[in-house]
Amino acid sequence: MSTAPASAATWTRRHLLGLEELSAEEITAILDTAESFAEVSDRPRKKVPALQGKVVFNLFFENSTRTRTSFSLAAKRLSADVQDFSASTSSLSKGESFIDTARNIEAMGCDVMIVRHSISGAPHLLAKHVGSSVINAGDGAHEHPTQGLLDLLTIRRKKGRIEGLTVGLVGDIAHSRVARSNIWGLTKLGAKVILCGPPTLVPRSFEQLGCEVAYHLDDVLPRLDVINVLRIQAERQQRGLFPSVSEYFYFYGVTQQRILRSRPDVLLIAPGPINRGVELTPEVADGPHSAILDQVTNGLAVRMAVLYLVSGRASQGDRAD
Amino acid sequence: MSTIHIKGGRLIDPSQGIDATLDLWLREKQVLAVGRDGPEQVDEVIDATGLIVCPGLIDCHVHLREPGNEEDETIATGADAALAGGVTTVACMPNTIPPLDTPAGVEYIVLQAKRAKKCNVYPVGAVSKGRTGNELAELGRLVEAGAVAFTDDGAPVANPALMKRALQYASMFDKVIMQHCQVMELTEGGVMNGGFQSMRLGIPGMPPEAEDIMVARDIRLAEVTGGRLHIQHISTARAVDCVREGKRRGVRVTAEACPHHFTLTDDRLASFDSHFKMNPPLRTQSDVEAVIEGLTDGTIEILSTDHAPHAPEKKARELNLAPFGIIGLETLVPLTISYLIEPGHLDWSTAIRMLTIAPAQLLGLDHRKGSLRPGFDADVTILDPSARWVVDPSQSRSKSRNTPFGGWEVTGRAHTVIVNGEVRFRAGELTSP
Repeated sequence: MSTAPASAATWTRRHLLGLEELSAEEITAILDTAESFAEVSDRPRKKVPALQGKVVFNLFFENSTRTRTSFSLAAKRLSADVQDFSASTSSLSKGESFIDTARNIEAMGCDVMIVRHSISGAPHLLAKHVGSSVINAGDGAHEHPTQGLLDLLTIRRKKGRIEGLTVGLVGDIAHSRVARSNIWGLTKLGAKVILCGPPTLVPRSFEQLGCEVAYHLDDVLPRLDVINVLRIQAERQQRGLFPSVSEYFYFYGVTQQRILRSRPDVLLIAPGPINRGVELTPEVADGPHSAILDQVTNGLAVRMAVLYLVSGRASQGDRAD
Repeated sequence: MSTIHIKGGRLIDPSQGIDATLDLWLREKQVLAVGRDGPEQVDEVIDATGLIVCPGLIDCHVHLREPGNEEDETIATGADAALAGGVTTVACMPNTIPPLDTPAGVEYIVLQAKRAKKCNVYPVGAVSKGRTGNELAELGRLVEAGAVAFTDDGAPVANPALMKRALQYASMFDKVIMQHCQVMELTEGGVMNGGFQSMRLGIPGMPPEAEDIMVARDIRLAEVTGGRLHIQHISTARAVDCVREGKRRGVRVTAEACPHHFTLTDDRLASFDSHFKMNPPLRTQSDVEAVIEGLTDGTIEILSTDHAPHAPEKKARELNLAPFGIIGLETLVPLTISYLIEPGHLDWSTAIRMLTIAPAQLLGLDHRKGSLRPGFDADVTILDPSARWVVDPSQSRSKSRNTPFGGWEVTGRAHTVIVNGEVRFRAGELTSP
């Protein structure tokens, strides 16, 4: 791709830290840019020179395979040089601070830092201390903006729109960064969001973000255009936030029976990694309503778009954020 | 004999009901006289025209980090910060390394404070051995060594049976148990106030009920034991209500509030800046209003800082990993003036009471501190109530810089500070005794 998509003109930010601070226009600009990059993946030669000469660092302070791989591949398709950095093998284990680690990486000529961290706000801290662009690849329970964007892109591609849809997020909302990014993105683009799970995982306070909170999945299923199934961590059950995995599955597991009670065109998405038999059954995960693998493909396009947009502005010395 | 004459100031001494333009004479280490006439032979005259002259300010809640964390603060540097803030007496918390749970530890503080020769420093002893909450420390011997009160601050005395015993046992010495009120099971892993903001930001929360429940429990324990209970750094609306109700029932309970809890709310954490991370955490606007109301109606009778210095490298970490706490000694006066007095929540006399005689009574020092009665210790703070200035963390006398108030434009600051009859701070400079 030699010319920038027209929508990129609305983008003025150096970082992507979350969807909360983005306007509907900015979110749409990313999605539109992603559409134009999606085509690159279908080419026999899957590469464009957009980020040639740029250096992208994957700074992963928390384990992740798919997000890191997706970002790496996205950067490579844009012809950037990509370097992985994982905390377990780094000087962090020798006591170096998070900020010093990032500054050292920056001293190697980094243009974009992709940051995954188990603590909310960690990418925001880096953004204050480095000159590079920072992309949040998931921070604590705060946000996972590129996951939110790829969910939006998947819904938009499958349903043709976002506005007016009713999207159910099912699972551990309280501890989910994916849920928060989805909530911000979906509501800004005009969808209705229903959060569903037990009160210990879905506090009533989420209504203040403009969502509906429901505790009984079977009651809300017929209203949903999209079901987004979030992962349940075993650790939550060990901490007593719900009595057992089997009880959770009984009330909230997305089964074939539940799909049959849903709208005929209901779309099923899940950020993964999915736990078959906990959040959903294999026949649902692999069934005709599922767009789980489309999400992975769309994730690549979204990440190419985000890398393109933030580094494009950074190269112009723009600090408007 | 050295005599100081402070003339022409507005002298405010709530312990004597004084708020008038009066002169003050100090001789050696004591207050000599208050009034219009005094000795003609004096060694130094301080012109306090346009200034406020009051008993030396007392902060009952300060962390000095010595022994154990001298990289954050020492007794000497903390006392310098106190003087620069107009504070002549501090009570320092026992959560040092090792904790102040032995007579030797308490005596060490007394000795280091004497060596530093800055402000007065009174150690607060630990309630439990090792601050582990299992077994009472030797409270009586700690009193003899110099402890003026007891707390396991930094953490609560979680076990209600131990708290009950502490209240009973300390009453033998008429000492107060100061409690950091928090049910730890409800705040485990918490970083900020639990509520709308923590939900929005995905940051683990410390819900207000964790404080409310402990305050309620301890007021009941104080009631049944007749012991003296002091609620440290109160921060929630319910806790303020609970103290108000306890006082109505005649329970011997007092409470303190810190400037950050009447000036800041939890939405500041949206910046993920660890300078807004403290424990108890910043709460909501309605809690801030309740704290101010509690100060206004006398439910909360003491202002303190919870001065909690941490070296910059410790605060410059990811939010969950950064320690709780902020420095506060140098911003106590201006924040009190700017956010309590100027908006009309407190009059000058009430505010000065909260910073002088009330903490002196709490700590059992009211026979010689917190007042300008003749014969009392010659600790005097002279404030410039109208000085406008901008808080600059780099100028702090503390060893640490962890204040959320950097860049704030505030009103009022210490002008001259006298400790034991010696000028220790004047015109923005610390003076060598």
